[in-house]
Amino acid sequence: MTSQEWKFTAKDIAAKPDLFLSGHRACAGCGPATVLRLIMKATRGPTIVTEATGCMEVVSSIYPYTSWGVPWLHTAFETSAANASGIEAALKMMKKKGRLTQEHVDVIAFAGDGGTYDIGIQALSGAVERGHDFLFVLYDNEAYMNTGIQRSGGTPHGAATTTSPAGKVVPGKLEYKKPIADIMVAHGLEYAATASPYYWKDMLVKVRKGLEVEGPAFLHVFAPCPRGWRSDPAKSIEYSKLAVETCVFPVWEAVNGEYSLSTPSKLLALAPQKKKPVAEYLKGQGRFRHLFKQQGKPVLDEIQRVTDERWERLLKKCGETPKTA
Amino acid sequence: MQKTVKQEMMALAGDQAVAYAAKQSDVDVVAAYPITPQTIIVEKFSEYVADGEVETEFVCVESEHSAMAASIAASATGARAFTATASAGLALMHEMLFVASGCRVPVVMAVANRALSAPLNIHGDHSDSMAQRDSGWIQLYAENAQEAYDSIIQSFRIAENLGVLLPVMVGLDGFTLSHTLENVEALPDEVVKEFVGVRKFATVLTHEGKTVPFRLDPDNPMTMGPIALQNYYFEFKRQQEEAMKNALDVVQQVNSEYAKISGRSYGDGLVEAYRLEDADVAAVCLGSTSGTMKTVVDGLRQDGVKAGLLRLRTFRPLPVEAVRSALANVKAVAVMDKCMSFGGNGGPVFHEIRHVLYEAANRPYVVNYIYGLGGRDSSPVELRSIYENLQGILRAGRVETPIQYLGLRG
Repeated sequence: MTSQEWKFTAKDIAAKPDLFLSGHRACAGCGPATVLRLIMKATRGPTIVTEATGCMEVVSSIYPYTSWGVPWLHTAFETSAANASGIEAALKMMKKKGRLTQEHVDVIAFAGDGGTYDIGIQALSGAVERGHDFLFVLYDNEAYMNTGIQRSGGTPHGAATTTSPAGKVVPGKLEYKKPIADIMVAHGLEYAATASPYYWKDMLVKVRKGLEVEGPAFLHVFAPCPRGWRSDPAKSIEYSKLAVETCVFPVWEAVNGEYSLSTPSKLLALAPQKKKPVAEYLKGQGRFRHLFKQQGKPVLDEIQRVTDERWERLLKKCGETPKTA
Repeated sequence: MQKTVKQEMMALAGDQAVAYAAKQSDVDVVAAYPITPQTIIVEKFSEYVADGEVETEFVCVESEHSAMAASIAASATGARAFTATASAGLALMHEMLFVASGCRVPVVMAVANRALSAPLNIHGDHSDSMAQRDSGWIQLYAENAQEAYDSIIQSFRIAENLGVLLPVMVGLDGFTLSHTLENVEALPDEVVKEFVGVRKFATVLTHEGKTVPFRLDPDNPMTMGPIALQNYYFEFKRQQEEAMKNALDVVQQVNSEYAKISGRSYGDGLVEAYRLEDADVAAVCLGSTSGTMKTVVDGLRQDGVKAGLLRLRTFRPLPVEAVRSALANVKAVAVMDKCMSFGGNGGPVFHEIRHVLYEAANRPYVVNYIYGLGGRDSSPVELRSIYENLQGILRAGRVETPIQYLGLRG
């Protein structure tokens, strides 16, 4: 089934058996668990999954139980993409030697933000440069949640984590999110995209597109973490929507380096008055609580300014004419 | 006895011999990163790939850490995987070595033994692989290029044995073996291919209640490399120890089976005893040093000294019984370490051999010689002095200096 043939309707998805199964140990309201379950719905045939050490690895594979309905391999924190290289190389040669029963096997590598932005970026960069045929999915919950909410290269500016606490003189994390998806686009890969689970259909189509590419593909998925964000577990999907509506996390894709906005963000480009202030997204999240006190105002303003700046830059890359609200 | 097959004499450096053995062993995936003195292995193998002489996916990874990760993943998928490294590269793999043995993947790796930094040094010693002795890998050390060639071929059989399923590293001394041209007898391609065979898989019970081959197969989904906590982790580790014990037999079986086709064997595969039958004084060493030591022993014998040598070919699993029985009648033993265990009261081989001899019926004197660090050469005269010291110990009836440094300045 190609992305055109499979309609990605709610009915289609409900009919397809789960490959990321219930019974895992993820927290209530876990964004990544929802993301993984949905993504596995978009697979198109025989698939091998490899995963970096992290929340999703830990909650899904506690021996002797497993939540995986597909063959699954974990080796270490920084190795998701290197594993994918080895799996893909093995499949290629085993097929050539007639030792593979399947005609084709897709390879998906999952990693969190730590396993992608930080410790895993070397292996990821190498695997993409070598052109292995695999889809790398970053589920970005914006900190090292598994080890107790430490900051990563994916933690946003101003967020309080246990290693970037909001103190008397430091207002949470000082640095900004590394533009990881742009970094991957710069590798010259055929397909890279960002997605949010609120716009599930958009996300699933992107998964399928990534799988259909013959070569490396990269998908950056926004994945709220109520424990780490100190947010209401019932609102994870709502935050996934707000992040897009405030342009904190625009959804787009780049095919052979050509950027284009995906519908949810495209609508905001066409109707800038609908773009919400970042404060609407930040408020309610405990990690940004300090920004809503008097001394947090400059940081809040700064976040708005940088968000707007990055949005304008993205609009240019997507060939959109910036419109003022 | 079965007639051995006709072989081709080739002039190969140790690294080339290793690459040639890997070429003949029907390897599916080679994932490797270059490092001196291993480079010739990956260069040679790249040439085989470029010339279409092998059916192998060569993954030219961006680091040794990824080399080992990719090898583990390829092996878990069902491929036969080979890699090679040295020194800092092996140290960078450290984390993944434990993952490889823990995942029970039969990866084979050549290690062109080289010193560790700092100060930086590219020459041969055993610091790199000795630092990995507890990583759950089988460790073989070759005496010459011929043995490096033979050991690589044998290693696939040892690693993939269903009672073992452990990764194997074959050490060859940096430059002394890796870069020195020797005469190597190579078996015909088809003979090696038949000897290594097609990889077989253990069968395991999946969470779906099916008995299936132990590999990543979409037809039979399996979770590999899971998290196992206080209630299961310990059992996983204990099983690895059992596999190591099984390897003691398998190394010997493979050694003798290989001898039938090639005419070459290395002691019993575990240890090689040289003129030990009636020896009073003996040295224990591993790797290329034993070549020189045999000449030294011959000279001493000519002078009427009852000298012998025990070469530890297999360091992991430690062949406890074989070492104890080989040294049963020796009165003074010098254990040679091309590695230091800082603050550890002697080198790692010394620790282990002395540990083995603690339960010997006639416990000999045991001293440690640390030598050759950073590739420093040890001359036959220096090596002979080890035996002379052992004779002195026997005359004096006591050990004055249990840990000595051979050829050290000042």
